[in-house]
Amino acid sequence: MGDQNYKKVAYYPGCALEGSGHAYNASTKAVGKELGLDLVEIENWNCCGAMEVKNIDPKIQTYLSARNLSITEEMGFDTVMAPCNGCYHNLKKAEYDLGHDEKSVEINDRLSKKAGHKTYEAGKVETIHALDWIKKAVGEEEISRRVKNSLKGLKVANYYGCMYTRPRHIFPEKDKGPGTESTAKPHFMDDILAAAGAQNVDFPLKTACCGGAHSLSDSDTSTKLVLNILTAAEACGADVIATECPTCHTGLEMHQIRAEKVLGRKTNVKILYFTQLLGIALGLSPNKVAMQENFSDAKPLLKEKGLV
Amino acid sequence: MPIHEKSLIRPENLKEQEHLVIEGMDVSGHWSTFIEGRSLTDYNENMQEEIAQLPGGENIHRCWQCGSCTNACTVNAVNPDFNPRYWIYLIRLGMEQELLRDKDIIWQCVSCNKCTYACPRDVVPEGVMKATAHWLELKGHTPKSPSTIFDEGFSGQVINRGKIEDGLVLRDFFKETGQPLRQPWLETMVLGLIKRFPIFYLIRLGWSTVFRPKTKGWGRARAAINEYVHEVEAHHRKVLGLDGKGAE
Repeated sequence: MGDQNYKKVAYYPGCALEGSGHAYNASTKAVGKELGLDLVEIENWNCCGAMEVKNIDPKIQTYLSARNLSITEEMGFDTVMAPCNGCYHNLKKAEYDLGHDEKSVEINDRLSKKAGHKTYEAGKVETIHALDWIKKAVGEEEISRRVKNSLKGLKVANYYGCMYTRPRHIFPEKDKGPGTESTAKPHFMDDILAAAGAQNVDFPLKTACCGGAHSLSDSDTSTKLVLNILTAAEACGADVIATECPTCHTGLEMHQIRAEKVLGRKTNVKILYFTQLLGIALGLSPNKVAMQENFSDAKPLLKEKGLV
Repeated sequence: MPIHEKSLIRPENLKEQEHLVIEGMDVSGHWSTFIEGRSLTDYNENMQEEIAQLPGGENIHRCWQCGSCTNACTVNAVNPDFNPRYWIYLIRLGMEQELLRDKDIIWQCVSCNKCTYACPRDVVPEGVMKATAHWLELKGHTPKSPSTIFDEGFSGQVINRGKIEDGLVLRDFFKETGQPLRQPWLETMVLGLIKRFPIFYLIRLGWSTVFRPKTKGWGRARAAINEYVHEVEAHHRKVLGLDGKGAE
């Protein structure tokens, strides 16, 4: 673990990327292919439990991720990449709990044995996010060299959401000084998109909450939280909000429309996955990065900026 | 950093005399304001122990009331009545009746974990909020919240098939909570998408509605998880003293 170059990693898309977040799945794969990176999907994976199963019982959620990590190990990989913040967070949390909590180890062992597969033990597989993957396997210098269609003139607010940085203790590799990710002020997406030519705005709500956990069950609160994010991005002069989580992304799109319908507040900032912006910069077509699948229609904006 | 919390003194407990002269001094109106005394006799001494037995509530005893959680709270910024520090205080003292005043909003925690990030004592206030909301439901103080209904529908799919299907989660939730599927914002979203005609995406969505995504060979995992869930539920009923009371 740790000394590999991340050129070939196991891939855990998760449920959202097969459904509402398919554009993220398609654009992640397209960008990986363009950059010469190899993704091998985990065979017969299961849902990570998102933000819901832990409320039934956290140990079940730990088991769900442990099963995916166990398959990853069996497939001969020591690294798994998850683009969804929820999946990424849960894999990290399982890794932490299995390394620190005896009860979690015991329940995981019991469930794994009954389910008939190898029990995952902490320390065998490293979980990384799509941002880590691009940043570590390719890096800013090479991205700059490969850019065919610079995002120059496009003002981007980078939005990371909650689960990429909180709670701090499940991300032991973060906050380790220069070159590592910061939990208070994350910058990996900023770095990648800056290398693709974008002009990042100074966005104070990078790690604010979109209310994704209650997008449907408490829609009014979520709409207010999203409206804060959208109006703050506009106030910072952003043309587009770059996202790296399907729950945040769908939440921003849905509540942008809902805020207009329910609160009469219209915002014009567009919402795109960072992989879609990176793909456009690398010269991929809007269809290749599945822009037709977004609810937020950013094509007119990119046309105006001469990017498509 | 100053902590902006609502005044915990309620207007009905504030007393003012319109005309009052004490030893020749006129202290009418605002000058005579005092707070009505109160004595509490209805402590629930088991409350902290019970909540600590539910998942997420384990570390509640570590709290030293600094207020970092409320200060960092996402929901508190939208609704000042949402006050994790205060609720932890009430639970630790056993002031159940006071806590019940806020019983209908505690479930609204969005699990952003800003409190957990800020907490200097590793209380994990996010977990305590979930445990408290769970406790209120188990004790019959509140009906199942929309959040619990959503969690149960979602988790049911995961436990049954190993994977979820977005559309089914949405449809089931609206059905369970008695809301129409034809929400104006949802229609606008779908129509906006269809206008751009992402044909393969629509086929994919239609396909997964008919052939629901599932993990192959999930049967044994399903049985193992279900067995564990029953065990956990029985344990919760036992520690909350609900056995034999016919709770659902």
